[in-house]
Amino acid sequence: MTYLPKPKFRHPSLPANALGFTRRDYEGAVSTLCAGCGHDSISAAIIQACFELSLPPHRIAKLSGIGCSSKTPTYFLGASHGFNSVHGRMPSVLTGANLANRDLVYLGVSGDGDSASIGLGQFAHAIRRGVNMLYIVENNGVYGLTKGQFSATSDRGSKSKKGVVNSDEPIDLIGMALQLGATYVARSFSGDKAQLVPLIKAGLLHGGAAFIDCISPCVAFNNHEGSTRSFDYVRAHNEAVNRLDVIPARGEITTQYAPGESVDVRQHDGSVIRLKKVAADYDTSDRVAALTYLQRRQEAGEIVTGLLYLDEEPVDLHAALKTVEKPLNALSDAELCPGAGEIAKINASLR
Amino acid sequence: MKPTDIAAPDYFHKVVDCQWACPAHTPVPEYIRLIAGKRFADAYMVNWNSNVFPGVLGRTCDRPCEPACRRGRVEAEPVAICRLKRVAADNKGDVTARMPAPAARNGKRVAVIGAGPASLTVARDLLASGYHVTIFEQDPFAGGMIRTQIPKFRLPESVIDEEVGFILALEPELRLGKRVDSLKAVLDEGFDAVFVGCGAPRGRDLDVPGRAEAAANIHVGIDWLSSVSFGHTTSIGKRVIVLGGGNTAMDCCRSSRRLGGEEVTVVVRSGFEEMKASPWEKEDAMHEGIPIRNFLVPKEVLHDRGRLTGMRFTKVKPEFDAKGRRNLVPTGEADVEIPCDDVLVAIGQENSFPWIERDIGVEFDRYGMPVVDPKTMRSTNPKVYFGGDAAFGPKNIIWAVAHGHDAAVSIDRVLHGLDPAERPAPGTSLVSQKMGIHEWSYDNDIAADLRHKVPQRDPSETLKDIRVEVELGYDDMLAYKEAERCLNCDVQTVFTGKLCIECDACVDICPMDCITFTDDAPEDELRAKLTAPATNATQDIYVADGLKTGRIMAKDEDVCLHCGLCAERCPTGAWDMRKFLLEMTHAGHACRKG
Repeated sequence: MTYLPKPKFRHPSLPANALGFTRRDYEGAVSTLCAGCGHDSISAAIIQACFELSLPPHRIAKLSGIGCSSKTPTYFLGASHGFNSVHGRMPSVLTGANLANRDLVYLGVSGDGDSASIGLGQFAHAIRRGVNMLYIVENNGVYGLTKGQFSATSDRGSKSKKGVVNSDEPIDLIGMALQLGATYVARSFSGDKAQLVPLIKAGLLHGGAAFIDCISPCVAFNNHEGSTRSFDYVRAHNEAVNRLDVIPARGEITTQYAPGESVDVRQHDGSVIRLKKVAADYDTSDRVAALTYLQRRQEAGEIVTGLLYLDEEPVDLHAALKTVEKPLNALSDAELCPGAGEIAKINASLR
Repeated sequence: MKPTDIAAPDYFHKVVDCQWACPAHTPVPEYIRLIAGKRFADAYMVNWNSNVFPGVLGRTCDRPCEPACRRGRVEAEPVAICRLKRVAADNKGDVTARMPAPAARNGKRVAVIGAGPASLTVARDLLASGYHVTIFEQDPFAGGMIRTQIPKFRLPESVIDEEVGFILALEPELRLGKRVDSLKAVLDEGFDAVFVGCGAPRGRDLDVPGRAEAAANIHVGIDWLSSVSFGHTTSIGKRVIVLGGGNTAMDCCRSSRRLGGEEVTVVVRSGFEEMKASPWEKEDAMHEGIPIRNFLVPKEVLHDRGRLTGMRFTKVKPEFDAKGRRNLVPTGEADVEIPCDDVLVAIGQENSFPWIERDIGVEFDRYGMPVVDPKTMRSTNPKVYFGGDAAFGPKNIIWAVAHGHDAAVSIDRVLHGLDPAERPAPGTSLVSQKMGIHEWSYDNDIAADLRHKVPQRDPSETLKDIRVEVELGYDDMLAYKEAERCLNCDVQTVFTGKLCIECDACVDICPMDCITFTDDAPEDELRAKLTAPATNATQDIYVADGLKTGRIMAKDEDVCLHCGLCAERCPTGAWDMRKFLLEMTHAGHACRKG
């Protein structure tokens, strides 16, 4: 970490996006995490993704719970809305915020403790309700803030820094997300921004519950021999099924692949995800096949990364509840208080 | 791309842009840090060792370091390096105890001709190593052009006296007040070596109709300045024309304003931008109410039966031929007439060596310049060396000092039976500045301040007396603030590949996007694909291998702030901030090793 704020000087040729902002305008306060923390790389990837999508910072809401990962929203998007909730309760706060104002882009940031232990129920219900959000779990497989105990996602058989072997079965957040109906599911690695940034972009544009499980080595407590979340281990066992380019609606398509190598998927908002296949037989539209594939590869000791499942026509919570189109704060008094007559009608219909 | 050899002295030297650009290679960031720490005497000695005349140069240097300063590529203006040097000189207190004592004589005798900056540098370097040095000077004082041509309102006499005094305290033999008429005669005295540092003493004259008739009121700039300096000239007419666009012209016009000139006009052949004068000298002249008129070529001196009345000029404009050469062609408009009482001609200086016999082995080229080896400063006569303006024509003080050091090294080596073409390597060191987890022994918090202006006395005061110094210099607080603008480019980012775990922390924190981890490629490909494209080809790319993934680390040195955040964020110490100190090896024991 550092005590110093990052100098305001920037590279003279730093590009600006459609809004006239540079990448530096999407930064937050300087990080106080340990030097080399994978979470800082994910923050940098979020900054890059929001910059590239030209998202207006004041139209983004970033929410988190408790933990190293949940500290990170302070370190990116300094001009966005933020909410740091009780441990494990980010999903319900996010759900509430989303119901009140559907016009913002919702980014939930959590960790393996926050989402797979204390907040497991919250995680499950936000996903199954189809809240329109991008939910990122910064998964380091260890309780870093309490000095290195196994977390609920630590692999059975992996070793702690002290040499203890984990005997518990890990919680597979990707498998749960697929089963619970997430309409965008991906896994990535903090050390591979070329893969991570487009996944975050596509997830932010997705119109339903998007989930990214991002493996993020804990340099202080989980980057040793015997760990399955270390830089070396993840690099050695990373099996990407695809690479993607995200072309926002009305954006110009510039990447080209040889015929048969890539497939274009159009999302509801008009954006296009161009998938370059790495595993030739992998189909991102088949939920059941994805589950099977993931379990087979896991058995073989591989960490599958990339876009794993995508529903092009997601249905979100607002559609299911038939809520009003406008955010609550944009409704007039007359709309919010329809009068005694209307209330009487509603009450009568419920008798 | 080949991994960078950071052990080669030139690599990190080039990163310290100011030091690399300085002809004498003064360790600039080193003395600026000392100034920030109020260690003015230490800062002065770092300068004195390297450039001999810190007080003089802190007021008059042509500052090649400032256009090179990295700060100028990061924000609007470079650090005011030159004026910080003056702060060290003004506040140093008494440093006589730190000066070398006269050394025991080694029996070898060296003559230096002229007592200007080049000769005095040779004298200092050689006296301190035990040589008997004899200084020949036509004027009754030592100092050369520093004393005769730079007006006192820019450089007070006391500063010259002190710094020339440090050298005279080393006890050279002085032969002042007598012009040398024959180099052969000097050689015949049996000196082991002779250094010619006589400057470029002849001012170029004007050749237009009327020049001869009105001669009484037409003066050659450098001669006039020297006459002013010695107090022989104390007044000038109310209306003055100064011809020329160099620094001498600026000194002439500003001196005229102080000696009775009320309407002083500078007239220049070329455009404003192409003028040879430093931008700040033009600014100072205009600040004193002196207009600069460009694209006017002298046509005729106007006079009334020998009494100067004015000058006539042809209006010209620049035209570029197929080869891109500029020609000044008449615009066809009516001539311009400017009335005046005096004309000062400052249109260039020439070398002049009528006193050097052509049959003593010193060869001259067809332009009348001596043939001198630019590395050793030796002429074709193995006993004769040249330096300063005498060697390659008019340059400036800091070049003269650099020549002096080089010539002294050559003389010292030759007189010890060594080859002067083999140059001594500079002394270098590279030391980690890490003091704690996020503590460094230099201030790595980058100041956002813009360049601070040097306070000046009001023109109402300075125009009254030619001996009143215009610039007041920075006070302590301003000096500190300006010193804090220095980016400490000598504190180098040093990378050790085998320690790196490729976590990207340095890439993410770097405010200037200098660092990239990528697949290896040839340099031009690599420059294009870095996090921020490296378009400044004059700045190197630092490449290191030894990474586990087989990629390379590539760092563009161009706009690195040396803030050390890469090293603070590095979990393994693969990045470290190390101070690179390079000191040139001068004459003496060290230059004879190896």
